[in-house]
Amino acid sequence: MREEDKERGYDFHKASHTETMTINMGPSHPATHGTVKFFLTLDGETIEDIDVEIGYLHRAFEKECEAQKWNGVFPYTDRLDYTASVLNNVGYAMAAEKLIGIEVPERCKYLRTMISEMARMSGHYTNVGAGALELGALTAFIYFIEARELLWDLIESICGARLTHNYVRIGGLTNDLPDGFRENVKRVFAKNRKLWDDFDIMLTKNRIFLDRMRDTGGISQKDAIAWGFTGPCLRAAGVPYDVRRAQPYLMYDRMNFDIPVGSTGDNFDRYLVRMEEIKQSMSIVEQCLEQMPEGPINVDDARWRMPSKDDSSTKMEPLIFHFKQIIEGQSIPAGEAYQAVEGANGELGFYLVSNGGGKPWKCRVRPPSFALTSALPLLVKGSMLADLIPTFDMINLIGGECDR
Amino acid sequence: MSEEKNSGQGGVSDVMARAKAVLGPMGVLIHTHCQHGDDTLVVQAEDILKVMEFLREDKSLRFDMMMDLTAVDYLGAEEMHPYLKPMKARFEVVYHLYSIEKNHRIRVKVPLTEESPFVDSITGIWVGADWFEREAWDLYGVVFRGHPNLKRILLYEEFEGHPLRKDYGKMKRQPLIGPVN
Repeated sequence: MREEDKERGYDFHKASHTETMTINMGPSHPATHGTVKFFLTLDGETIEDIDVEIGYLHRAFEKECEAQKWNGVFPYTDRLDYTASVLNNVGYAMAAEKLIGIEVPERCKYLRTMISEMARMSGHYTNVGAGALELGALTAFIYFIEARELLWDLIESICGARLTHNYVRIGGLTNDLPDGFRENVKRVFAKNRKLWDDFDIMLTKNRIFLDRMRDTGGISQKDAIAWGFTGPCLRAAGVPYDVRRAQPYLMYDRMNFDIPVGSTGDNFDRYLVRMEEIKQSMSIVEQCLEQMPEGPINVDDARWRMPSKDDSSTKMEPLIFHFKQIIEGQSIPAGEAYQAVEGANGELGFYLVSNGGGKPWKCRVRPPSFALTSALPLLVKGSMLADLIPTFDMINLIGGECDR
Repeated sequence: MSEEKNSGQGGVSDVMARAKAVLGPMGVLIHTHCQHGDDTLVVQAEDILKVMEFLREDKSLRFDMMMDLTAVDYLGAEEMHPYLKPMKARFEVVYHLYSIEKNHRIRVKVPLTEESPFVDSITGIWVGADWFEREAWDLYGVVFRGHPNLKRILLYEEFEGHPLRKDYGKMKRQPLIGPVN
């Protein structure tokens, strides 16, 4: 405002102000990945107010889980954050194991750590790639989708599925590593490192990308904590909270990795944090393969182990256990437990309640992107409409996880 | 106040000891336990703001983050917790708090009866509780008094009932709705 205007009490901005416009953006908009509706009040191109409407992908996750046997929940957890589905498997299995009070064998822990990191890479590839795509960088997107495809080939060779892996079971895993896996990892990671470098060259110092990402969608440390931010978005704001480091589970206490932290909490920092985490995850996968001992991948106790297909069709006792587990479900002792793991988007917590029956009495998942999305109005109010796109991308709402 | 034996090894955690030392004399604790190593406080609904403010502000606790908020319906399973039957409680609102500074967790639970499923909103303490409370209202019908905008979040406005209640059948259908305007 000009000084003389201020003295006259004249506000040019106000005087030239047109009426605000309300528009609906979504629920299916080409510039947003995820099904969500924004009810926007715009003053020109500035966002005056925004109401975020979620729930378009609600499919009664909890109600379905309450109707499934304990092991039957896994396919549903796959569909929470479907870009990093094994992480959900692992979180749920660990919560159930906490309720039972069993510990899985060391090799199983290593395998779970390894595949969790592969899932995190897949989640970050998708997020960063799709984020670039929605800012117009189709080429960069293709590079990371190629990296993700190669990664999924690896995961497919372990468990037979590319997207919804359904790999983990209470008390263990479905499969051990296939032959020649280590060589394949070496080959794929060499290629993925190359793709990462190319992606980095294309975007990180790209003027257009920088202009769209830097100083948009920022949040302060204090606000980030108050809004329940976790994961890359919290770390981008400068809080080094990572469940893997703060409360190590599986084999993370034996892994050597860095936790990248941002300083401004804007979209560009979120992007950089995720990029660095991809590198760190690759290193964790390699460390797991190096340290992994031979041994069983399932617990010894037959009550908590799903018998293998071979055993259950050739031997009497495994057949009985298999039948009991499928028909009655495992009778997990009554109680409640909360287990958090570091998901691709932040703290992924499972709160399970058992009444001693074969089904969960309650199967709650704490979705990280739900808390992140709830702060979206704070992040974009007062900014340009175009800034909504990178902010929403870097918040990374995953419909399956947020809406459940 | 009743108390369960710790199922974990060792004694009472520092968090629990501190919480009990302050909240115990205030007479707000109904029950405490430490199942599977998760410290848990059960408190009266009318005391929730007092308890939460203490947990957030206390220098040795500093629970600065509201990690999760949900509800549980114990219809037909009230015997799972010793305090539910005497209180005639059906629901429990469950809060999971975390302290970034101190790196510890706690669970706080509030039993509620079917007739008055009311509890004060904690959005004044942790602003991030907003959507979580809306979700608990949406799916369980728990009313958070003082919430700035308590409306459905995952379901649509015309939805009838609260689907995560145990007496809501899994196959129950909802009437079809047309365009609103």
